Amino acid sequence: MTPRSRLAARDLTVGYDRRVISRELSVEIPDGSFTVIVGPNACGKSTLLRALSRLLAPSAGRVVLDGRSIASYRAKDLARVLGLLPQTSLAPDGITVADLVGRGRHPHQGFMRQWSRADEDAVAAAMAATGIVELSGRRVDELSGGQRQRVWVAMVLAQQTSLVLLDEPTTFLDIAHQIDLMELFTDLNHQGTTLVAVLHDLNQAARYGTHLIAMKDGAVVAQGAPAEIVTAELVEEVFGLRCVVVPDPVTGTPSVTPIGRPRRDGRR
Amino acid sequence: MRDTAFGLESGPRVIVLRGRTLSVRFRLRTLIACAVFGAALVGLALVALGLGDLPLSVDEVVSAFFGGESGIARTVVVEWRLPRVLAAVIFGAALGVSGAIFQSLTRNPLASPDIIGLTAGSYAGGLVVIIVIGAGAGSATVAGGAILGGLIATALVYLLAYRRGIQGFRLIVVGIGISAMLEALSSYLVLRAKLEVAMMASVWGAGSLNPVGWAQLLPAAVVIAVVFLALGFLGGSLRQLELGDDAAKALGSRVERSRLGLIVCAVALTAVVTAAAGPIAFVALAAPQIALRLTRTAGIALVPSALLGALILLASDVVAQHVLPTVLPVGVVTVVVGGGYLIWLLVHEVRRRS
Repeated sequence: MTPRSRLAARDLTVGYDRRVISRELSVEIPDGSFTVIVGPNACGKSTLLRALSRLLAPSAGRVVLDGRSIASYRAKDLARVLGLLPQTSLAPDGITVADLVGRGRHPHQGFMRQWSRADEDAVAAAMAATGIVELSGRRVDELSGGQRQRVWVAMVLAQQTSLVLLDEPTTFLDIAHQIDLMELFTDLNHQGTTLVAVLHDLNQAARYGTHLIAMKDGAVVAQGAPAEIVTAELVEEVFGLRCVVVPDPVTGTPSVTPIGRPRRDGRR
Repeated sequence: MRDTAFGLESGPRVIVLRGRTLSVRFRLRTLIACAVFGAALVGLALVALGLGDLPLSVDEVVSAFFGGESGIARTVVVEWRLPRVLAAVIFGAALGVSGAIFQSLTRNPLASPDIIGLTAGSYAGGLVVIIVIGAGAGSATVAGGAILGGLIATALVYLLAYRRGIQGFRLIVVGIGISAMLEALSSYLVLRAKLEVAMMASVWGAGSLNPVGWAQLLPAAVVIAVVFLALGFLGGSLRQLELGDDAAKALGSRVERSRLGLIVCAVALTAVVTAAAGPIAFVALAAPQIALRLTRTAGIALVPSALLGALILLASDVVAQHVLPTVLPVGVVTVVVGGGYLIWLLVHEVRRRS
C-alpha cells in the first residue's frame, strides 16, 4: 500500500548542461512525512531536490504537485504551496532579522498589498516557532551560524507552505545546532508540514526522518521507514562503507557505526 | 479607505498604512531621509531658478510661477531656467536609479553604468550618429544612436563576462576594458570629423545641460517616467533578487525575466540621459551608495537613490554655472567630485577584499 502523495517525480531525467545525473527517476513524497534523501556525494540527491522545487527543469519526465505538472504553475502560486530552503542564500548587507523573515511573504504580496495583517502575523508566528523573537531587531550579519540558519528557516516558514524542501539545512553547523534544528523540523512535521530534506548524517536521517530515500549514482536504491531499510547491507551498497547497525541507545532507531580498516598495529 | 489603520508597529521604526485593498509599510528612517532629500531638492531648485544674469529672490521665483511677476521674470524662469533645472532633477534621478539597479543586481558598488561600459557605449553610439550621419546633438536620431550604443555595449560586456551566471567583479573588469576601447573609438571619430562637428560633439561629450530646452527635455522625461512606472512593478523583484537566485525563485520571482527587465530599464535610463545631455559621469556611481549610507536600508533602495541623484546633479549644475569663475559643462564638475569618491571607493573595496 502506498500512502497518498501530493508531490511526486515521474520518470524524471535531470542533469546539468549535457551531463545527465538521473535517468527515469520516480519518487513519491508521502503526505505528512519527514522524508530524508541520503546518499554519497554526487549521487544526485540535491539534483532531485532542485527538480522537485522547480529550480531545475527536467529534460524528460515531470514533477507532479497536486495532480498538475509543476511546470504549469505560476511562480507565485507555486511559492504559496511549496517552500524551499536553498543550500546557499545571501543576506543583503545590514538587513535585520525581522526584515529578512518578512521577505518570505513575497508570494502573498502584490503591488497594492505590500504588508497586510496576515503578513505580520505570519512573520511573528515564524519567528516564534524558530525561537528568534528576541533577535528580531538584530542585523543578520552579526549573528552566529546557528542563529542565522534559524532566521532562514523562519523566512521559509513565513511563506506558510504545506510542503517544505530543505537542501542540506544542517551543513556547517556544530552538532548541538544540528540537533536543535532537526528537532525544530520534527515539531513542524508534527504540526502537519510535509518536509523533504537532503542530509549527510545517516544517524540523524534515521532518527528524525519518517521516510528515507537512499540514492546512488542518480537512482533510488531503497526507500521506506528507516527502521525497515537501514541495514549494514544497504549502507555498504550505497556508501561502500562496512559498518554495523545497532539500535540508537536513546531512540531505538537504526544507528550506523563504521567498521573501518584495522589500525596498523592490529588493534581497533 | 475608511478603515485605514495608522500605527507604529515593531517599535518606532516602521510605519504601516492599511486599508481594505491597500497596505504599505515604510521604514521611518528611510521616510525621514527621503523627506529631507526632497525638501533640499525643492529648496535648491528654487535657488537655482533665481540665479543668472537676472538675479531673482526665492519670493520672486515663486511669484513668477503664479503670475505675480512681470512678463520678463516669468519668461526667464519658466521658459529659460525651468527646463534646465527640471532636466538636472529628472536626469539625476534617472542616473541614480540606473546605478542603483546595476549595483544591486551585481552586489557591487563599483558596478555603475559609468564603469561597466554603458555610458561609453551610449556616447560612442551618439557620436557615430553626429559625425557619420550628421545629425544635431540632442536630436531624436542621436538619442536613438545613444540608446542603441548603450544596449550593444551592455550586451557585449554581459556576454563576455558571462560564465555560468554573472559575477560582479568579472563584469566590472570586462566593463572597464570595453569602456576603454569605446573611448578610443570615440576619440578616433572626433579626430576624423570636420572642425565644427567635432566642436559640437566635444561639448555634448563633456556632459552638459546647456543645450537642454523643453524640446529635448520632454521626450526624455516621458521615457524616464515610463521606465519609473515599470520599476514600480519590478522593484519588488529587485529586493527578492538580493537573496540569491535560488531563494528568489523559491519565493515566487521569475528571476531571469525580472533581471532582464531590470537591466533593460537601467540601460534605457542612462542611454536616454546620455542622448539628451551627453555622458554625465559618476552620478550613477555615487548616488546609490551615499543614499545607502544615509538611509541605512538593507540593500540598495531605488527611491532614495533617485532623490540623491537628482540632488547631486542639480547641485553640480549650480556649481558649474554660477560658482566657478568660468561656466563649465556639468559633466566636468561631476567628474571632479565623483573621481575623488571613486578613488575612495576603490581603496575601500580593495581593503575589504584583502
